[in-house]
Amino acid sequence: MKKLLLLGDEAFAQGALDAGISGAYGYPGTPSTEIIEYIQKNPLAVERNIHREWSTNEKTAVESALGMSYAGKRSIVTMKHVGLNVAADAFVNSAFTGANGGILVTVADDPSMHSSQNEQDSRFFAKFALIPALEPSNQQEAYEMAHYGLDFSEKYNLPVLVRFVTRLSHSRAGIERREVTDENTLKLPEDKAQFVLLPAISRRKYKGLLAKQDDLEKESENSPFNKYIDAKDKSMGIIACGLAYNYLMENYQDKECPYPILKISQYPLPRKMIEKISTECDTLLVLEDGAPVVEEMLKGYLACGLKIKGRLDGSLPRDGELNPNIVAKALGFKENELLNIPEVVTPRPPALCVGCPHIDSYKALNEALSTYEKGHVFSDIGCYTLGFLPPYQAINSCVDMGASITMAKGAADAGLYPSVAVIGDSTFTHSGMTGLLDCVLDKANVVIVILDNYVAAMTGGQDSSAFGRIEQICLGLGVAREHIRSVVPLPKNHEEMVKVFREELAYNGVSVIVPKRECVQTLAKKNRSGRA
Amino acid sequence: MKLDIILAGVGGQGILSIAAIIGTAALKNGYYLKQAEVHGMSQRGGDVQSHLRISDKPIHSDLIPMGECDMILSVEPMESLRYLPYLSPTGWLVTNSKPFVNIPNYPEMDSVIDEIKKIRNNININADDIAKELGAARSMNMVMLGAASAFMDIKVDELRTAIRDIFERKGDKVVDSNLKAFDAGLDFSNKNRA
Repeated sequence: MKKLLLLGDEAFAQGALDAGISGAYGYPGTPSTEIIEYIQKNPLAVERNIHREWSTNEKTAVESALGMSYAGKRSIVTMKHVGLNVAADAFVNSAFTGANGGILVTVADDPSMHSSQNEQDSRFFAKFALIPALEPSNQQEAYEMAHYGLDFSEKYNLPVLVRFVTRLSHSRAGIERREVTDENTLKLPEDKAQFVLLPAISRRKYKGLLAKQDDLEKESENSPFNKYIDAKDKSMGIIACGLAYNYLMENYQDKECPYPILKISQYPLPRKMIEKISTECDTLLVLEDGAPVVEEMLKGYLACGLKIKGRLDGSLPRDGELNPNIVAKALGFKENELLNIPEVVTPRPPALCVGCPHIDSYKALNEALSTYEKGHVFSDIGCYTLGFLPPYQAINSCVDMGASITMAKGAADAGLYPSVAVIGDSTFTHSGMTGLLDCVLDKANVVIVILDNYVAAMTGGQDSSAFGRIEQICLGLGVAREHIRSVVPLPKNHEEMVKVFREELAYNGVSVIVPKRECVQTLAKKNRSGRA
Repeated sequence: MKLDIILAGVGGQGILSIAAIIGTAALKNGYYLKQAEVHGMSQRGGDVQSHLRISDKPIHSDLIPMGECDMILSVEPMESLRYLPYLSPTGWLVTNSKPFVNIPNYPEMDSVIDEIKKIRNNININADDIAKELGAARSMNMVMLGAASAFMDIKVDELRTAIRDIFERKGDKVVDSNLKAFDAGLDFSNKNRA
């Protein structure tokens, strides 16, 4: 069969389609976005009319998938690592309800924070929720794990977490496909109490979940994705999780690794394999592309057992992603002599695009605020976060989705005036609406600027749940009609925009200003395809 | 056979179309391939790179080990230098000499060119001008691919076939202008190789 050249994200998407999913839910977030984008364009998905629209946020996505599971069908949910924080309530409780139709909660972590505000490791969440996890080490495994994971989810009636990292999500390789599976038919859970987490039922369900853990461990011991590769030199054993296995093997490209290796791609940890490698070897080196999750478990707080090398003893850096060179150093290989980066090389940070509507909004906002000290603008997650950088230097915070509105409110509660929030359209419907209701209920003295460029722009122009309904949402939440102001962010409208900003800054109450103009990237894309 | 290439440039310059052509040619020849890309925030005018690995044996790491890269292929001169720690002592630096200036503190061009010339195996080509002279201003990338092809372990005709495959649906005219740009780049390298 001809190999398909696919990104890790796309390989998983193709695997999920071939494994008979009826729905893909998710919210865009680098590096996870391409999973649903691939499904949206896929002919099989179109033919089967698989659900593939973006959800409003990660929590609604997990809950929708849980509903599909209740109805007996298979689904995947996709998000970036910080999205799992948003979805945590649904995710953790889904371990208690369990699954009916298979569910894969697929989370793409971003070690080294290429495009994120932190580098949390989703394996912690799987362990926390007592949910089994899969961690593909290459694109073919990503494809296979969709089938395997959905079968596994239905076998144990549990959701399964699939952990990606950036370098797998965004790296291409040739994939061999398997046969295509039919979708499940509609079938409600046999146990009518399965999805009812009343305390009395939850207590029973929790015992059931705990009882499953031994079986899950046994599955890990027999998993096709966990491998024990024995070798003669027992002075050290190497545990390599997920992608770290590749960086290890890269160092033994033309020679055999002298040390026993335990490759781990399925959790909970395979206890017997761990016991074998730690009994037979004098020391352990633990390689993880993320936080030292496994290393910490094996080491224990008092570190009184076997000598364990990894991120906690300095053998590997404590933070950031791994690469072949970092692993080579931990293995004791001599470092290559490297050329230096010449001093003339200047940082080239990302910037707002030429013609971007946010530029006009920030220019007007800066001028309207020029009579006040700096430090009054709370912002959020999106392209407009780049407004922190010169020449705009227009914002003073970026924390998590929706935090601009609620932080502006808290600061106003503390007496800060003016207190301004700048949030994008898609971020507003993701997590900003509830904060706006808080503002309205408390009559907070805030100006909320909702930058409406019609799409989720930073991740590549996905549909925004806010499209065409921002004013109605604000009205519905109770913002006064005369203080919901639309403007068109263009250089020629600068004076008018400054005037609107000043008027609303002067109003003691909740104001919403909506600068509306389409993202120049998606507009250009439309124009190009219009010509073709 | 092993060929590790770092493709470098600025977000929006389209280095991935070069990767797609080399990748198509490699797969057709039954080689293994891995190609790590940058998506997300950096694509907004920041520095971007792609690690392209081709081999007749299975490839493990998606990232090229530092000091072992066979070629840096850059569509922007300063960006070609950002990845020097990856280049092997015998590797080639093939770069467009036309700067893409979107930062206020872009260095003096002469100092950038001086650094490029310090690399033993370097090709420094004004691919923008060559593409324009051919009346194919949008084919700068293919000039660069042509210039790099002189030092790749992939047959030039196989790359030409891949160009045809990739641009086929856009019509003969587009295919021809891209092939012309490719040949002009190849010609430059053959005349200017040390």
